[in-house]
Amino acid sequence: MGTRECKHICGESSQGIGEAGRTGEWRSARPVIDHDKCTPARQNKPACFLCWLYCPDAVISKTIPVQINLEYCKGCEICAQVCPTHAITMVNEEEFSS
Amino acid sequence: MKRSSVLNVADRNASVQILDGNHAAAEGAKLSRVQVVAAYPITPQSPVTETLSEFVEEGNLNAEYVAVESEHSALAVCTSASIVGARTFTATSSHGLAYMHEMLHWVAGTRLPVVLACVNRAIGAPWNVLNDQQDSISQRDTGWIQIYARNNQEILDSVIQAYKIAEAVYVPVMVCYDGYILSHTEMPVDIPSQEDVDRFLPPYKPHTTLDPAKPRNYNLVTLANPRVNAEGVLCHGYMEIRYLLQEALQNSRETIARVGQEFGELFGRSYAKMFWEDRLDDADIVIVAMGSLAMEATVAADMLREEGHKAGVLGLRVFRPFPKSDLVKALKKSRLIVVFDKNISYGLEGATCSEIKSALYGSGANAVVRNFIVGLGGRDVKARELADAVKKSLSSMKEGVLNNEYPEWICEI
Ligand code: SF4
Ligand code: SF4
Repeated sequence: MGTRECKHICGESSQGIGEAGRTGEWRSARPVIDHDKCTPARQNKPACFLCWLYCPDAVISKTIPVQINLEYCKGCEICAQVCPTHAITMVNEEEFSS
Repeated sequence: MKRSSVLNVADRNASVQILDGNHAAAEGAKLSRVQVVAAYPITPQSPVTETLSEFVEEGNLNAEYVAVESEHSALAVCTSASIVGARTFTATSSHGLAYMHEMLHWVAGTRLPVVLACVNRAIGAPWNVLNDQQDSISQRDTGWIQIYARNNQEILDSVIQAYKIAEAVYVPVMVCYDGYILSHTEMPVDIPSQEDVDRFLPPYKPHTTLDPAKPRNYNLVTLANPRVNAEGVLCHGYMEIRYLLQEALQNSRETIARVGQEFGELFGRSYAKMFWEDRLDDADIVIVAMGSLAMEATVAADMLREEGHKAGVLGLRVFRPFPKSDLVKALKKSRLIVVFDKNISYGLEGATCSEIKSALYGSGANAVVRNFIVGLGGRDVKARELADAVKKSLSSMKEGVLNNEYPEWICEI
């Protein structure tokens, strides 16, 4: 069975997690959160969440503690750049595969 | 330049008016009840946009006229309007079409039935505002259907048919006509009544839906391989979507012929063929040309006939999809095919000549093919010059030499 069954004639999708595919596979570096530095975890209050706001893939949760869905995090590093407490470090994926 | 005397044709609800090509294109768009027009003026297309904005301003056309700051934006507006279900029209020439290049790909890739009138004009450098067909030929590979008109009647008729074709196969259509030679030359044009056009052309049914109740995302990043979407359905990768565009163009030939035939039944002017034939039945010399040049070629064929040569003309009407097999049948009896191109693929030859040679490959045809580049940047093309070029080709024919490495130019270098 080929892809004709989807009946699309141009690129289209419906809303849903993973519509662009498993973007986690693109990642070469992984954001790792240090919850001792992260404001919501440290103060046990819904605060900051800048990483949640800026993540272009919407894979960061607005929860205490903040969580990242690594299946779809593409490793762009924006969260690490915007974090005011420097709680997020980008760690090379190779370090997780060994 | 205004639309003038009206003369009623007895047996049909139509009127004959004296129109230049640009007004014929605008009338065609109006009769097609376009809903969104977005265009940026450029010589020699400007009167198309002026006329359409007048129609909207006077309340004679119930459409949104979007004044934009560039051709790229004009086609971007048409793309957005078409995707939400509006019948859209734009027109441009030369550098304007070149500036649309990126959006031409987007429209075709999204399979939106936008219709564009291309008023053929030479492209820089150096600056030139006069006619040749380099602009639309340079956009050959963007996935649009290309139709070339020989006269102003064909411009109007082709715009109306273009919507019916585009909306049936979901492929955009470019209606091309020669700048000045047609765009600014007045001739009688039979204008069908709105009621008749409404009978011919049903309202546009989009294949896309933008509805907050059923959210969709179009033209998302689509990588090499097919992927399963959020609903668990295996969806196309980039390549499958591109395959479907090619398939749609291949299959559009039947639709173009059917629509042309239906048009003929309703309006008395049939467009059932992808090219025009003039005295091909007994011709062993065939002149091939596209657009208004095909009309000039019939005068050249008259001259050649008077001099005892069995000459005929094949006027290419639809350039994409290219009518390969029909063309081979029509050219089967010829021993000499002389192709005149108002364009060139630099480093090779005229584009239509290449296409014809590729169509003939493997067909068993043994015709000599000669190519002349003519009329670039508005250089006048006289019927006598065409006839002389045919005679020159005849006298230089050598046993077993069917193909020449490069084209000849009719110019004064
Ligand atoms: S911002 Fe980039 S790196 Fe951070 S979680 Fe989102 S996708 Fe991953
Ligand atoms: S931006 Fe930094 S501090 Fe703020 S919530 Fe995200 S990880 Fe925590």
